Amino acid sequence: MRIPCPFCGSRDSREFVHRGDAGPARPADGADAEAMFDYVYQRANPAGLIREHWYHAQGCRNWIVVERDTRSHAVSGGAWPGPAR
Amino acid sequence: MRYSIFSLARQALHRHRGWGPAWRDAEPAEAGYDVVIVGGGGHGLATAYYLARVHGLTRVAVIEKGWIGGGNAGRNTTIIRSNYGLPGNEPFYEFSMKLWEGLERELNYNAMVSQRGVLNLYHSDPQRDAYARRGNAMRLHGADAELLDRDGVRAMVPFLDFENARFPVQGGLLQRRGGTARHDAVVWGYARAASALGVDIIQNCELTGFLTDASGAVTGVETTRGPIRAGKVGLAVAGNSSRAVALAGLTLPIESHVLQAFVSEGLKPVIPGVVTFGAGHFYISQSDKGGLVFGGDIDGYNSYAQRGNLPVVEDVCEGGMAVMPMIGRARILRSWGGIADMSMDGSPIIDASPLPGLWLNAGWCYGGFKATPASGYCFAHLLATETPHETATAFRLDRFRTGRLIDEKGVGAQPNLH
Repeated sequence: MRIPCPFCGSRDSREFVHRGDAGPARPADGADAEAMFDYVYQRANPAGLIREHWYHAQGCRNWIVVERDTRSHAVSGGAWPGPAR
Repeated sequence: MRYSIFSLARQALHRHRGWGPAWRDAEPAEAGYDVVIVGGGGHGLATAYYLARVHGLTRVAVIEKGWIGGGNAGRNTTIIRSNYGLPGNEPFYEFSMKLWEGLERELNYNAMVSQRGVLNLYHSDPQRDAYARRGNAMRLHGADAELLDRDGVRAMVPFLDFENARFPVQGGLLQRRGGTARHDAVVWGYARAASALGVDIIQNCELTGFLTDASGAVTGVETTRGPIRAGKVGLAVAGNSSRAVALAGLTLPIESHVLQAFVSEGLKPVIPGVVTFGAGHFYISQSDKGGLVFGGDIDGYNSYAQRGNLPVVEDVCEGGMAVMPMIGRARILRSWGGIADMSMDGSPIIDASPLPGLWLNAGWCYGGFKATPASGYCFAHLLATETPHETATAFRLDRFRTGRLIDEKGVGAQPNLH
């Protein structure tokens, strides 16, 4: 697999660390245990397109969001996390 | 037909023309079933068998989207062992080992259970201490474990690279009762025994939804071969657990990952039992056909593709070369990938789902094969009695909510580290 890093360009996946689904959002401080349970443990685990966090450990050391198909491993996008910049 | 030396001799005299199919390829029954098991792999078929054999339930069906044993039951590395450390796990896996030991007599089927031993190598003093601790935990739960020193290992497997500069072999933790079993024969043996007790095995029948009543309780399954009513529905669909429960609007603490395995060309007998490398992730055994069967880590990203990528192929082969350089001359014949339902603590779930009528057997990660008999036994116990079997009380779905995790590796909610 090659991962399109928005800073370094297309790079081999072995330069990256896979963190997992980018979907779950950390609950606000003081959220109840149920919200933390959802965030930490529950996963949509789709068969198809998934947006996930990858860390370019052996490159620019940025966290990026990669869009990938879990049925074919086809990577269709790489972007900065958070609001557009 | 009961298999024995006499039936074999009788068939030999009749040019083997009298063998019938081992099990019945059934149609879905109009009247429905007491229990429908989704998933015709080892776990699903074992569940159906024990429902009929132990609990007397014979209005049972197993539905399978392809052919039985075509999923992870045909994609594993056939290792059986009970070398776990945690109290929630070890009694269950030891129960499974005991079932393996009586399986062939029970099923009247040759599952080629071969207790040639599982040897986990250690390469440093602290690793020896950790293995001693695990071995003691195993023995406290009635399993067998022996801590071998370097000479003990050398007597068993003299071909290792003992003087490796980075990872010298210092010894190993040996479970002599561990070994391998023939994966297909396990599936066929359970299918044959379940079918003989009246269980319907329905192939080419994919789950497409759930039938529910007004209260939302599950009362059957929608399939590609029409609706099938059921008193209870049990899911045993391994890597597809999240997809199956999504049809009922549920989410699980599970990610699906791909685990690769490899087999070499056939060689003369050389590897006695199962050997695992302690300084990297590599395990190997030799099949009865002579192929070296080996594997290592999961690829590390979510996948339903049933095939992996080259970085892990390299990593596995490097691990193999580091511990037993002699295998470098063998050529790899085949490699494949299976989809493992990686739970968030690395341990399985055998429990009721939040929906009445729907029951779960999931989260086996990359270790489901060895659990096949006990998984079936305990899931059948749960489905029949609605209480967990005494060896599976820790495998609750709500443990992630309550914090009673069973994390053998102690790495937290990160499936690709388990």
